[in-house]
Amino acid sequence: MSREIGEVILDLKNVSLAFGGVKALTDISFDVREHEIRAIIGPNGAGKSSMLNVINGVYRPQQGEIILRGKHFSKMNPYKAARAGISRTFQNIALFKGMNVIDNMMTGRNLKIRSNLIQQALWWGPARREELEHRAKVEEVIDFLEIQHIRKTPVGRLPYGLQKRVDLGRALAMEPSILLLDEPMAGMNVEEKQDMCRFVLDINDQFGTTIVLIEHDMAVVMDISDRVVVLDYGRKIGDGLPDEVRANPEVISAYLGASH
Amino acid sequence: MLYRENGQFKTSYAADQQIFPIAQDRWAILGILVFAFIGIPLLGDEYLMRAILIPFLILSLAALGVNILVGFCGQITLGAGAFMAVGAYAAYNFHIRIEGLPLLVSILLGGITSALVGIVFGIPSLRVRGLYLAVATLAAQFFTDWVFLRIPWFTNNASSGSVSVSNLQIMGWEIITPFDKYMFCLVWLTVFALLAKNMTRSAIGRQWMAIRDMDVAAEVIGIRPLFAKLSAFAVSSFFVGTAGALWGFIHLSSWEPAAFSVDRSFQLLFMVIIGGLGSIMGSFFGAAFIVTLPIALNQFLPAIGGLFGVTISTAGVSHAELIIFGSLIIFFLIKEPHGIARLWSTGKEKLRLWPFPH
Amino acid sequence: MGFFIETLIGGLMAGMLYSLVALGFVLIYKASGVFNFAQGAMLLFAALAMARFSAWIPEWLGIDSLWLANVIAFFIAGALMYLVAWLIERLVLRPLVNQEGATLLMATLGIAYVLEGLGTSIFGTAIYKIDVGMPKEPVLILEGIFEGGLLINKEDFVAALIAAVLVALLTLFFQKTVTGRALRAVADDHQAAQSIGIPLNHIWVIVWFVAGIVALVAGVIWGSKLGVQFSLATVALRGLPVVILGGLTSIPGAIIGGLIIGVGEKLSEVYLGPMIGGGIEIWFAYQLALVFLLFRPQGLFGEKIIDRV
Ligand SMILES: Nc1ncnc2c1ncn2[C@@H]1O[C@H](COP(=O)(O)OP(=O)(O)O)[C@@H](O)[C@H]1O
Ligand SMILES: [Mg+2]
Repeated sequence: MSREIGEVILDLKNVSLAFGGVKALTDISFDVREHEIRAIIGPNGAGKSSMLNVINGVYRPQQGEIILRGKHFSKMNPYKAARAGISRTFQNIALFKGMNVIDNMMTGRNLKIRSNLIQQALWWGPARREELEHRAKVEEVIDFLEIQHIRKTPVGRLPYGLQKRVDLGRALAMEPSILLLDEPMAGMNVEEKQDMCRFVLDINDQFGTTIVLIEHDMAVVMDISDRVVVLDYGRKIGDGLPDEVRANPEVISAYLGASH
Repeated sequence: MLYRENGQFKTSYAADQQIFPIAQDRWAILGILVFAFIGIPLLGDEYLMRAILIPFLILSLAALGVNILVGFCGQITLGAGAFMAVGAYAAYNFHIRIEGLPLLVSILLGGITSALVGIVFGIPSLRVRGLYLAVATLAAQFFTDWVFLRIPWFTNNASSGSVSVSNLQIMGWEIITPFDKYMFCLVWLTVFALLAKNMTRSAIGRQWMAIRDMDVAAEVIGIRPLFAKLSAFAVSSFFVGTAGALWGFIHLSSWEPAAFSVDRSFQLLFMVIIGGLGSIMGSFFGAAFIVTLPIALNQFLPAIGGLFGVTISTAGVSHAELIIFGSLIIFFLIKEPHGIARLWSTGKEKLRLWPFPH
Repeated sequence: MGFFIETLIGGLMAGMLYSLVALGFVLIYKASGVFNFAQGAMLLFAALAMARFSAWIPEWLGIDSLWLANVIAFFIAGALMYLVAWLIERLVLRPLVNQEGATLLMATLGIAYVLEGLGTSIFGTAIYKIDVGMPKEPVLILEGIFEGGLLINKEDFVAALIAAVLVALLTLFFQKTVTGRALRAVADDHQAAQSIGIPLNHIWVIVWFVAGIVALVAGVIWGSKLGVQFSLATVALRGLPVVILGGLTSIPGAIIGGLIIGVGEKLSEVYLGPMIGGGIEIWFAYQLALVFLLFRPQGLFGEKIIDRV
């Protein structure tokens, strides 16, 4: 691979998050380096999704801080995170059900829109020009993900596998520097999984996008990730190269203990 | 001519992003416009304009506004009548207090005032959702009801808020006959329907729909709920406000707060739900349905009663109207919860396959 | 001081009635997920039935006793409300099951129109009296403690008492009876309740019937005070701020919320009214609820929910 793994760009320090009495995350620290594929694994309910939610500000941790490219945040918010180049997909697909594929992906261009409401209402000058530019960009993503045939389909009518792909497409349309993927391959058949793996690797390789990935399929994780962090009951029980993690006795026992 | 998009290949994104990408749709719209601008003025009589067409045009405009907020942005409102009132009374104040202010400007300023008030009453939408928000919007309704009834300044000290306007003209064109009024409303509606369509197909429209469909995901994409929601409230209230001004100035000429009561708010919500949430076209269908239904019932009920040898009193007709209106609404919600616009588009889809369904 | 307390008590008594109306909303929302805008129309319909039958029955049956006529009329009105509940379940709720909140809300507006139309065409449109022997004269109490004593309206007091008893009964019904528990199960999860064999349709009829009885009692109280007329249907709109304040699903919320709104309304009317003009109680309650929501969007007793993604 041609890509070079760079410096730490995202660093979580001692993050704790609780919902009422439920401790979702307890004193978690971990970092992500530029251009790497960083996997998060762990049994159901371990706090993986919560971690992504903390990174892009959907959940506000009670303690800890997030350092993004040297800037300290005690609390992120989703808008700030988006501005900073973080985009993501969701474990339970969160597409905009009432819109078609193109429009869903066009929303990903929202931060880059410069024209104002009046110009858009008049479909005039900059508004019109922008619409075309962004459409062209979205079409590139559509080509990349090989979903040309469904571009005008309302997303609610698509099968699950394709919805996941559109979800990824919407995140990609943002041209993110960091991409958070929450179980992008869950519930897919083998062929769909292979496609998705290929997309993840290509994104990382071609665009240099840093990827944080939650995934259950161990074979996939060991195969494509550079470093892996393991959570169990909201605590970090392992962190390192795939081989190190696989050999970690605590990880093995967590995985033997939890059936899934 | 068959209704087909096969063979209409788009060679550029610009062509694909036209307002009506399918050629047959373009012709249909053109046909409707020609009919509305030339056909109806030639054929229609004054009663038709006064009783049906003018109310239809104005309420369509209001329904468009309500649809932007409810159908596109997903924020239910039960207070649309309030914004019609704000638009009407604000325009009235500009009209009588500023000497020589052109009529168009008064109406637009009425709309802008309504937009500002809309933003204020939209603030709860940042904190609560769904039915709670719906109830919260009733606050706007009852507050404005009270303001225009009890605070004399807003109504130029008129008793119980009844005001009137006269001598309406635009650059020498006096708007007196039903024909003038019809044309004025038609032009206004055409322009604003076009603006609404443009908004809903560009970035702002996508922001609204994203908030409607999944607000957390929208925020993660970089859409600010504050801006998206309040802009929907503002634009919606602007439309509804200008509709209120037209209703007062053009349709009624003299009015009191009861013209914009909570019943009006419900009526507007019915229009968009029966017409089709999130559909520009649906707003027109809904308005047409709600405007013509009572008139139709009024005509037919006594006639049907006559067939069976029963004379139905006026009071009887108005009670029966309520019952039938209520039942029809329920019937509609059960049969087609997505509104007339959905019926329309399924119809078109069938047509698209006709005569070779496969 | 005496005057303030008088106002306060007046507010609490009015508030009890709001609690009752709000409870009607909460019951139906909990059990069928419907925000019932027809509550006001149900109230009007029930009050009309009560008023008319209590006048007709002495004529028809030749009974002299007003008391007996009232009781019979109450039962007839109650039976009518059962019929209404049954029809609503059959014709509206069942076909609309699993529709969105907004659609259901619209459907209840449709129900409201039908009930208003039916009520006025069957029972007429004049202003009717309900005379259930509510005491009308005010009394002075606590003369020893406050100078001049506190002036209490006996009618309001009795009304508040009836409302309080009914609220207590409903709460007990909800917490202690088998039907009540089934109801709560339905409220928590429709599908799960159905899968363990709770007959959803039957439950709905019961709940709408109970809400109908609540409407009837509220209708009788208000009707005897103001006379039964079309505007009675708007009384329910006064209960709405209570519901957003207390939460659509919380019985204690409805009770406490009702009291808060009642007191807020009376105080504002007495102390704020003279400054900015009369009639403010109609919107004041809404603004009060709104301001409260800005600080506590989850309502009085609701728990803060963070969306899962
Ligand atoms: N929005 C929320 N509200 C309440 N509890 C939550 C919420 N999100 C997550 N949790 C709880 O936090 C814990 C971790 O959940 P999650 O991060 O989704 O786990 P994972 O993604 O590893 O399966 C679970 O116990 C879950 O129930
Ligand atoms: Mg998860």
